[in-house]
Amino acid sequence: MTEATSSTSQRGKQGVQPLLDLTNLSVNYGNIAAVQSINLQVHPGEIVTLIGSNGAGKSTTLRTISGLLRPRAGEVVFEGRKISGMPGHDVVKAGICHSPEGRRIFQRMTVGENLDLGAFLRKDATQVAADRENVLTLFPVLRERLQQKAGTMSGGEQQMLAVGRAMLGNPKLLLLDEPSMGLAPVLVDLIFDTIEKIRDQGVTVLLVEQNALAALRIADYAYVLESGHLTLEGPAAELLSDESLTKAYLGG
Amino acid sequence: MTSLVASFSKGRTIRLSEVVERTAAGILVLGVLAWVILNLAKAPTQFFTVLLAGLNNGALFALIALGYTLVYGIIELINFAHGDLFMLGTILCANMMANWLGLTKPGLTGFLGLILTMIVVMIFGATVNMGAEFFAYRRLRNAPKLAPLITAVGLSFIFQNIGQRVNGSSPKQWGTVFDPQSGFSVAGVRIRWSFLVVLTVTALLLLGLTYIVQRTRQGKAMRATAQDQDGARLMGVNVNATISFTFALGGAMAGAAAVLYMETIGTTRFEAGFQLGLIAFTAAVLGGIGNLVGAVIGGLLIGVIQGLNDGAPYGLGQDWSQTVVFSILILVLVFKPEGLLGRRTTEKV
Repeated sequence: MTEATSSTSQRGKQGVQPLLDLTNLSVNYGNIAAVQSINLQVHPGEIVTLIGSNGAGKSTTLRTISGLLRPRAGEVVFEGRKISGMPGHDVVKAGICHSPEGRRIFQRMTVGENLDLGAFLRKDATQVAADRENVLTLFPVLRERLQQKAGTMSGGEQQMLAVGRAMLGNPKLLLLDEPSMGLAPVLVDLIFDTIEKIRDQGVTVLLVEQNALAALRIADYAYVLESGHLTLEGPAAELLSDESLTKAYLGG
Repeated sequence: MTSLVASFSKGRTIRLSEVVERTAAGILVLGVLAWVILNLAKAPTQFFTVLLAGLNNGALFALIALGYTLVYGIIELINFAHGDLFMLGTILCANMMANWLGLTKPGLTGFLGLILTMIVVMIFGATVNMGAEFFAYRRLRNAPKLAPLITAVGLSFIFQNIGQRVNGSSPKQWGTVFDPQSGFSVAGVRIRWSFLVVLTVTALLLLGLTYIVQRTRQGKAMRATAQDQDGARLMGVNVNATISFTFALGGAMAGAAAVLYMETIGTTRFEAGFQLGLIAFTAAVLGGIGNLVGAVIGGLLIGVIQGLNDGAPYGLGQDWSQTVVFSILILVLVFKPEGLLGRRTTEKV
């Protein structure tokens, strides 16, 4: 597609290294190829969205970046360092936090304990306290529920906890998997507003979404994944304005 | 299936089988209570004497049960080799105390030697259990559940054969630093010093373990791993190291139980772990497998019931000891499979 024109993006400028670089990445589930030879870059300060229908391989891509899955071929490079093949906890140490599909919060722990686990690897107690305060300001409902068992909260509240918990890892790159899944429309708007706020605080975001229109509205750059192949990419604004594309790919 | 039916009808309709089940369970509990009170009324002194003996055994069951429940809690494996790890601990303890340190009589040096031996045997238990996890169970983590289970049974035989090789086929008697005679009496009930040592050590270990699990970073990692391994990985928890640490804790508890058992009983047998392991496993199931407090309560309860059965006026006697314990296992599995404090696992569709 065309060169990026978005002002916030470093994309396309000469000599700028991407924060995250997937090259010819292929991932299998058993014998089934879930993701086939995809190339994807995320540059510092961007919101990049990876959109596509159910089962296209979006979550598989994120799980491979975080070290939960091993690629069959290709590699994941983060800040110029190869991270594919590293165990998951080392990927977190490198600066990638992942709010996974299905939230995966610790149901039998309190909201406070879940947040503490988000900062599990961090030693800088004062900075953690400040970041925790920041998260509780972004999601005031979590402050009211600090002592509550996380599993007893509503889906929307659990989603906020999952995103807040990932932010407490102080990531350079935040991976968000379907943060709008199953939420009431009001909450969807809130989540997307918050993602923009997170980006404005200097965190780069790779956002996987089925709600393609909402994702494209806040993203700088977008990739479309279909049955494990990347079929389209470009600045989000261009994808959004192309009516034939939105009809064909995005159900809009 | 039952949970499905219940959730569809929102628990409003109570089926006949449920009523029968609850009534039967109620009668059973009342029967046991009546039996306990009858024994107490008939011969109070004898009752309290066997009660203390039961608590003594129960504390040991609790320590072993913790090893089952810790491991089950984190990787849902019933570690059938755990009882035999305990048995290896008793043999190491006997040899270290009697042969290497030469401590077979009560006294201050005996007591100091006991502390040293306990530390060594706890480290031994932790190391062997971690080794079993590293060499066997870790390779099978993604295999069907049956594979690690059978491996655990296999390891149990390996440990027993090692025990038989070292200890011989017949039981060995050892002198111990616990004097069975020394103690004091309260209202005609004899309280041995060794009983107080067993209870104190058990209580301290439980406090330590609770502190580790509830308050430390490592404990937080354990609880997160127990709930969701991938979720824990995404928080930066080293899941393999955490599972390894859990096996170490369980092994250390078995080691401590081994030292207390050996010094109380003064006998080593290569098949001791099979029987005690099964009883401790029953205790863990009774308390709710995966639940630490449950394992302790289960252990003490089984110890007391076994003690009353063996020594109380209306008990069935030692011949029926095993029958009573395993009847409890069966009854728990029928009426309350999640145990006293365990969570009811609902099958998701």
